[in-house]
Amino acid sequence: MTAQNQRVLSAAETGFVEAFAATHGKQSDGLSEARRAAMARFEAAGLPHRRIEEYHYTDLKAKLRSAIALSARAEVAAPGALGEVETQGRLVFVNGRFDAALSNVEALAGKISVSAWAEKAEAPAHDTAAFPRADALVDLNTAFVQGGATITVAGGEKLEKAVEIVHVAKGEGASFSRIDLVVEAGADVLVLESYQGDSGAYLRNTLTTLEVGDNAKLTWVKLQEEAESATHLASASANLGKGAELSQFLFDAGSGLSRSQFAVAFNGEGSNAALRGVSLLKGDSHADITLSVDHKVPECDSREYFKAIVDDKARSVFQGQILVKPDAQKTDGQMMVQSLLLSESAEVNVKPELEIFADDVQCAHGSTTGEIDEDLLFYLRARGIPEKEARKILILAFLGEVIDELDDARIGPLLTSRISNWLHV
Amino acid sequence: MLEIKNLHAEVEGNQILRGIDLTVKPGEVHAIMGPNGSGKSTLSYILAGKEDYEITEGSITYNGVDMLELSADERAVAGMFLAFQYPIEIPGVATMTFLKTALNAQRAARGEEELSTPDFMKLVREKSKDLKVTPEMLRRPLNVGFSGGEKKRAEILQMALLEPTLCILDETDSGLDIDALRIVSEGVNQLRSPERSMIVITHYQRLLDHIVPDVVHVLSKGKIVKTGGKELALELEANGYADYVGEEA
Repeated sequence: MTAQNQRVLSAAETGFVEAFAATHGKQSDGLSEARRAAMARFEAAGLPHRRIEEYHYTDLKAKLRSAIALSARAEVAAPGALGEVETQGRLVFVNGRFDAALSNVEALAGKISVSAWAEKAEAPAHDTAAFPRADALVDLNTAFVQGGATITVAGGEKLEKAVEIVHVAKGEGASFSRIDLVVEAGADVLVLESYQGDSGAYLRNTLTTLEVGDNAKLTWVKLQEEAESATHLASASANLGKGAELSQFLFDAGSGLSRSQFAVAFNGEGSNAALRGVSLLKGDSHADITLSVDHKVPECDSREYFKAIVDDKARSVFQGQILVKPDAQKTDGQMMVQSLLLSESAEVNVKPELEIFADDVQCAHGSTTGEIDEDLLFYLRARGIPEKEARKILILAFLGEVIDELDDARIGPLLTSRISNWLHV
Repeated sequence: MLEIKNLHAEVEGNQILRGIDLTVKPGEVHAIMGPNGSGKSTLSYILAGKEDYEITEGSITYNGVDMLELSADERAVAGMFLAFQYPIEIPGVATMTFLKTALNAQRAARGEEELSTPDFMKLVREKSKDLKVTPEMLRRPLNVGFSGGEKKRAEILQMALLEPTLCILDETDSGLDIDALRIVSEGVNQLRSPERSMIVITHYQRLLDHIVPDVVHVLSKGKIVKTGGKELALELEANGYADYVGEEA
């Protein structure tokens, strides 16, 4: 009767298990132990499905149907500039592996140290606490990670120009990369990260850990511009020290299936995290943003502000959890999600979760879902602006509010032009 | 020339306009007065091309073109302009950007070249001065946080910039104090010309002291029940609408 208790692996799950046996089953690298443990967890739990609460709206077991091979090394042309942003230094990853030839880390010398790798033999031993909860995507990343970098911004370094991290995918296959970013005390850095790929049906799994030291500031802008047929599975965690500041912006516009999960923990008093983003969805794309903010200590502010444009049969999922632990008095946690539906078949699922165990806190969440306001549209048209253009103006204005709140002149224009480009397609 | 013939319109099954006939020649200013609910604002929205109404009978032609075949933006390009009773607030769209977009959209639709930014700025500065529209207002999102008077002045500024040939002013006097009324009226009067027609919709005669009409119509229950000269407005101010509303009742 044991057969009944044995889970049947799906084709995709079997694919991962077999790929692991072939690649890492016997060989050893710095991560071997962690890889095997992660694979064992994955094999036991499988891909997350709708009965797992965190994945209720994004059933990966149902969505990832067939086995996908691991990506091969590939050569690509140097990716173009990401936009009108002043940059210094660049890290390029191709199919998950660091590409030294396309990167320029010398420019960062003295201020930022970079330790990047692309060979299994170079893989550093990672800690196991990269993500605060057990998660299949994190386990897959740990099991398969093909390349990565540890980037450390030296204490007190205040860098105006952006550090670029560009992830390129070529061909089909699954790529796994990991970035560990440490911003030491008093430092200030802008990281502009882009995910892009050619038209292949590839899968990307990334893991990012962020350590923002005492009184340090990190602005992390992520451009998710994967190919339409791609799957983008991203996990990130952040730990904030005392008086630290994290400003995150997610431009979420690519891939047919995406999951962007981000867990933020406040470990030191008086720190501040602002997570913002826009999702631009069309076709039958499915984009999931799942956030959790852990207020462990007093006097920290968290702000979540996301907007989505959902056209055609696309589906936008937003889950936001704010946890305020008993010690976290004087917490201010605010969450706002606004969606604009451009089609009757578009769908939005929003799940806010507030768990508050302290009594002197301010927490609020709000969510709106609607269509373009016909009165606004008529006003613009009555002035001679054609309908199509009037709609674009209103969408841009709707999304622009998040960029305005970000209030960062270094990247505002880049984000605005990204949105304009998307609207003109 | 605007010609409205036997115009019937309804919204959600309720008949609002019940056979309007109106001809406005170039250069003429027509006032349309009437009690609440007589269909004044509906008429202005229908002229401008709002899609919430069903035209069940009749026609609207402007310079020989069937307006009912045109969308709101095409009507604007054809020379129509509706100054809204309640100008819409549009967060996230700077007034200046909006003005430039509207002007250039109309120019493009007419096959004219777009105005360069310096030329446009010069034009806006020139037109805003008399209307007391400050550069600060132009930087703000369209109508957001504008006072009642500022909104109406901004409407007239749009009118001055877009240079329509048929201006429909829907209760432009509502919410204005005496000074603002004077500024707005002067702005409108400056735009009077032999080529430009105006339809001034109002409850009160006081606006017509400033913008003197050639013809005054009384609208009641979706029909024009009386037409006269500017003295008709004075008579209505003195006696109210009871005489005309009564006839229909």
